[in-house]
Amino acid sequence: MPCFSANFGNASSVHSFGQEAKVALEEARRQITAVINAEPSEIVFTSGGTEADNLAVKGTAQFFSGRKTHIVTSAVEHHAVLYACKYLEKNGFEVTYVPVDKFGLVSPDKVAQAIREETCLVSIMHANNEIGTINPIPEIAALSKDRGILFHTDAVQTLGKIPIDVKEMNIDMLSISGHKIYGPKGIGALYIRRGIQIEKIMHGGKHERDRRAGTENIPGAVGLGKAAEICSRSMEKDRVKLTELRDDLQRKISDILPEVHLNGHETKRLPGILNMSFPGAASDSLLLSLDLKGIAVSNGSACSSGTIEPSHVLKGLKLSKNLANSAIRFSLGKENTPEEIDVTVGVLQEIVSRLRGLKRGRN
Amino acid sequence: MEQNIKETVLVAMSGGVDSSVAAALLHERGYQVIGVTMNLWDYDRVGGNLNKDSGCCSVDTMDDARAVCHKLGVPHYMVNFREEFEAAVTDNFISEYMDGRTPNPCVRCNTYIKWGVLLQKAEELGADKIATGHYARTTFDEESGRYLLKQGKDGHKDQSYALWGIRQQGLERTLFPVGEFTKPEIRQIARNLGLRTAEKKESQEICFIPDNDYSRYLKKKRPELETHLQDGEILDEQDNLLGVHKGYPFYTIGQRKGVGIATGQPVYVTEIDAGNNRIKVGSNNDLLHSGLVAENVNWISIAALKEGIEIEAKIRYNSPGAHAWLQPKSNGNVEVRFKEPQRAVTSGQSVVFYQDDLVIGGGIIESSVKHQG
Repeated sequence: MPCFSANFGNASSVHSFGQEAKVALEEARRQITAVINAEPSEIVFTSGGTEADNLAVKGTAQFFSGRKTHIVTSAVEHHAVLYACKYLEKNGFEVTYVPVDKFGLVSPDKVAQAIREETCLVSIMHANNEIGTINPIPEIAALSKDRGILFHTDAVQTLGKIPIDVKEMNIDMLSISGHKIYGPKGIGALYIRRGIQIEKIMHGGKHERDRRAGTENIPGAVGLGKAAEICSRSMEKDRVKLTELRDDLQRKISDILPEVHLNGHETKRLPGILNMSFPGAASDSLLLSLDLKGIAVSNGSACSSGTIEPSHVLKGLKLSKNLANSAIRFSLGKENTPEEIDVTVGVLQEIVSRLRGLKRGRN
Repeated sequence: MEQNIKETVLVAMSGGVDSSVAAALLHERGYQVIGVTMNLWDYDRVGGNLNKDSGCCSVDTMDDARAVCHKLGVPHYMVNFREEFEAAVTDNFISEYMDGRTPNPCVRCNTYIKWGVLLQKAEELGADKIATGHYARTTFDEESGRYLLKQGKDGHKDQSYALWGIRQQGLERTLFPVGEFTKPEIRQIARNLGLRTAEKKESQEICFIPDNDYSRYLKKKRPELETHLQDGEILDEQDNLLGVHKGYPFYTIGQRKGVGIATGQPVYVTEIDAGNNRIKVGSNNDLLHSGLVAENVNWISIAALKEGIEIEAKIRYNSPGAHAWLQPKSNGNVEVRFKEPQRAVTSGQSVVFYQDDLVIGGGIIESSVKHQG
């Protein structure tokens, strides 16, 4: 990558090396704006989705500090939003975590009911990373707008996968991340609608129009921009392919294994995410067994494995312990193939049967 | 092991040199090794986070184990047994101290976690066997049809004392690759393999009390220790009141330091009376016991004790075996009579029965008989 060697200038520098780097940075910025229908001045590069979420939540809170001290979010947000909110709760703010329905969907009515005089921000994720459920963002954004409240959405899972138009959808702030769209890790961005003012959380130089200090991660930004462009271009094609692979996986699993359970919504979900429970088989044993056979899945728990608490998302669905402790997330990408689906189903059947058999034997 | 069928073995890796070499030896012998590090506790549960270590598990431990596995080219996973560890080990640790006994949590961990939950996990992951870095040995005895447990070859490092609780179906599926070597040999093997844990210092403390401060731990878990159990009585052997103590759970039989009674002679804790919040102190002679009763007995080389036998009994990890006779009791407990009186026999500790290097069985010391002499 030329950014790591030949073009290593600092985008903030006056000299021509710096200017070249700046051009690359701005090109990346423009690529992102094209995907979400924003303006270049509205994009702030960050170190990832987590920092973008933190900037949106804490930046807004600090701007309204002392005047409007209430935030509305959902119970199944990514930890970056949740823990930023928990931090604010210890610092003079109140937060309402709106519960989700059994599919993981956030209801606009519940959001409206939670809003108060002192609410300064509504933050609801576009789609959930664990179960893939897609929230009715246009409705929720609209009702926030009607009440004059800033609306932020974590679109880390949706950028380049389903259409986003920040103007049409009335979105004020939006977080994205590189590594969820086949781009590099350690880079993300926050879209902030022109005219909106929030506090910084990274102080120092006046980078990113004085909204986020720190020498820009040029290689990261270039990678993020390119990734966004590529995804956007093949969005419909990818969506069709992934939907087919995912539905195939789900159907074959359901055909071949008894007592499996889908977590999330049947239709309002991301094309590439399938979250299912296999009662009778512990999710950490499933995970490790699958990995031993060369198949990588995840189960949303904090550490890499374990039978501790299941994820807060599964808790939010109010699943029984049986279902929550046996849930696995399959995350499909555009390079997965139908053959891989078949292999996975076969291996899964073997593993689940073995685990269920062992459990029966012990009881 | 047949050469053409690769057996899978789950190696419990603490991050130390012994378990690292265990994994390496098995890998070399053609086993399919899966390295596993157990996460057993977190600082929220146990306190004592002096170095502000990562709140989760000991990151260093994991890193070392993972690095060794990476070098060997075998998978490494972390498994979370915090709930089970609390239920089987730390809850018992606390309740034993509250009952005035001195527990051995490593024995509980081996019995219920390593050869309990971990063995189950191995099965779930399709592993035929488990292995640890313990200095011990196991073989199958054709004649008796039983799986035997023996001391490790290195007399200085033998760890069979903590393994008396393993049942037959556990031993059947256990490998102790390190038991055939001495510690210096193991370190040399580690060096030859370029394992970064070759010179790693051994950990001496109880794993879930990283700052070694038992008092702090017990007080954290039983806040009533701060208020209800102070100022209990310290009596002498004739029941004369000598002073007050800080709470009976903070003392153990044979303890001399920290008792705070000056009589001109050294005094030792000879008895702990939890019910009355009292401790008794006496001279060294008063610490002598002629026998004990063992409960929760696990027999290894034999199926059960039908009649009296002669063995060597170890009443502490680092004490030499003492010649003794065993007699079965009707309730399954075992009466142990020492040839020579033994010092500071402590309820709650393990007693392990040996004949030469063979572990006959073991149990928990329920009570002891004072030496009349």
